Amino acid sequence: MRKKCLEMIYNLALQDPRIVFLGSDLGAGTMSEFRNDMPDRFFMEGICEANLIGMAAGMAMEGKIPYVNTIAPFLTRRAYEQIILDLCLHNIPVRLVGNGGGLVYAPLGPTHQVIEDFAALRSIPNMCILSPSDAREMEKMMPETVNWPGPIYIRLAKGYDPIVTPLNLPFVIGKAVPVKIGKDILITTTGITLNIALEAEKLLKNDKNHNLTPTILHLPTIKPFDKDTVSKFIKDATIIVSVEEHSITGGLGSAVAELLAEKNDLKPRKFKRIGIPDKFSDRYGSQNDLLKYFGITPENVEKIILKLWESE
Amino acid sequence: MQYRSNEPNWDDRDRFILSKGHGCLALYVMLEEKGFISPKDLKKFCAFDGILGGHPERSKIPGVEASTGSLGHGLSIGIGMALRARMDQKGYRVFVVAGDGECNEGSIWEAALCASKHRLDNLTLIIDYNHMQSYGLTEQIFPLEPLSEKLKAFNFSVKEIDGHDVNALKEKLSSLPFSLHKKPSALICHTVKGKGISGVEHNLKWHHSNKVDSELAQKLIQGIL
Repeated sequence: MRKKCLEMIYNLALQDPRIVFLGSDLGAGTMSEFRNDMPDRFFMEGICEANLIGMAAGMAMEGKIPYVNTIAPFLTRRAYEQIILDLCLHNIPVRLVGNGGGLVYAPLGPTHQVIEDFAALRSIPNMCILSPSDAREMEKMMPETVNWPGPIYIRLAKGYDPIVTPLNLPFVIGKAVPVKIGKDILITTTGITLNIALEAEKLLKNDKNHNLTPTILHLPTIKPFDKDTVSKFIKDATIIVSVEEHSITGGLGSAVAELLAEKNDLKPRKFKRIGIPDKFSDRYGSQNDLLKYFGITPENVEKIILKLWESE
Repeated sequence: MQYRSNEPNWDDRDRFILSKGHGCLALYVMLEEKGFISPKDLKKFCAFDGILGGHPERSKIPGVEASTGSLGHGLSIGIGMALRARMDQKGYRVFVVAGDGECNEGSIWEAALCASKHRLDNLTLIIDYNHMQSYGLTEQIFPLEPLSEKLKAFNFSVKEIDGHDVNALKEKLSSLPFSLHKKPSALICHTVKGKGISGVEHNLKWHHSNKVDSELAQKLIQGIL
């Protein structure tokens, strides 16, 4: 997915002279093609995220469309005030491309695991947050980022993630994507958890004792949150779960919960957020190890849904 | 500076960023003097329906290039603007005014490294060095000295003047860039807070003081005249 994203930035920049690329001391050779072919629009700066975002802001105020790429936690944590004031207050088209969203950098510990980026950025006016599930969705998404009028944060997954996005659906910023239409149960996903939900759906369908067919609503845009589509699917569901590679505080689950809590005309629904608990990880291992540790797996999604179902 | 007040977004204008946004009153008076805003706007400083707030905002005020207020942002934004001039072969220059207290911020020094890396001779950093910050003297709170040497070590071409000497300011700002070796310029302006106003000059109590009734205001105005 990361490879596809950078490849798309290069291709889009070939066609659009407004696009510039800024990196913060990225790995040797990253975007070398961009550097060779468009050297005047390529900026590999030092480890100085605050300055990098301020620079990008200055360029965007002058009509450029900067794509700024570095490791997600440093991009969102270190330069938070620059994101709020330089980008969001000015409402300018800078694209922040964060490598390794969620638990990707599992072996490197909590300093590198960004579990609160949605929460931190979702509360800033004018911010747009994109979290695609795979390279195919990335490919459809990137052209849409060029002319979006305000700032965008793009959360990248690990790379070589399973391709699960439906081929035939277009990507529209701010639109949720119904990937499976079932009944009674609604699973909302973002990023790589679409794959986890699809696996959970198979498990539920294969369970002949319960015979459940959940709807899967994928939200590659966390903000602006597609209230209309989520509302539509909430209406027809009695059980709703959110699955995300993010803290249960402030991310997709919170966005769904906020909407659900204000649906005063609906009869009460059963709802559960599945994500990272409100704690820093105390384990290392791989991304999959930590996903399992925190219960962000198809098996746990199935188990939680069955528990909610059986308590009907 | 090159500018057109009747065409504030004229692409070839020189860019001015007041990074120490709290100094906006001086900026607003200049913008009115040069025709960017009206005398009516000035009368509504910080008013509910005014455009001039306690810190300047780009989206509201013609002639304001960047919204500032939180310190340490303006120089990086100015670098982005200066780099764009280079990318598009534009001849405009970028001026950033920062405070001495603002130079406590690490982001100023990140930006200083960056400006010298890119050899931005179209960028000038002007430092209002009044030697005083909120709690006390700069040299007691967070010493900057030797400031000139620090900036030189960061590869700026540096000059120092008395910031109240208008002729010296004109002379120095007419000789930009200070170096012919593609370096960013820095002009350190030694100033005195409240200069020329009896009782206010270099008085820490006036750093944030805003309790001015009409009687005191008259007295202060007379003090200036």
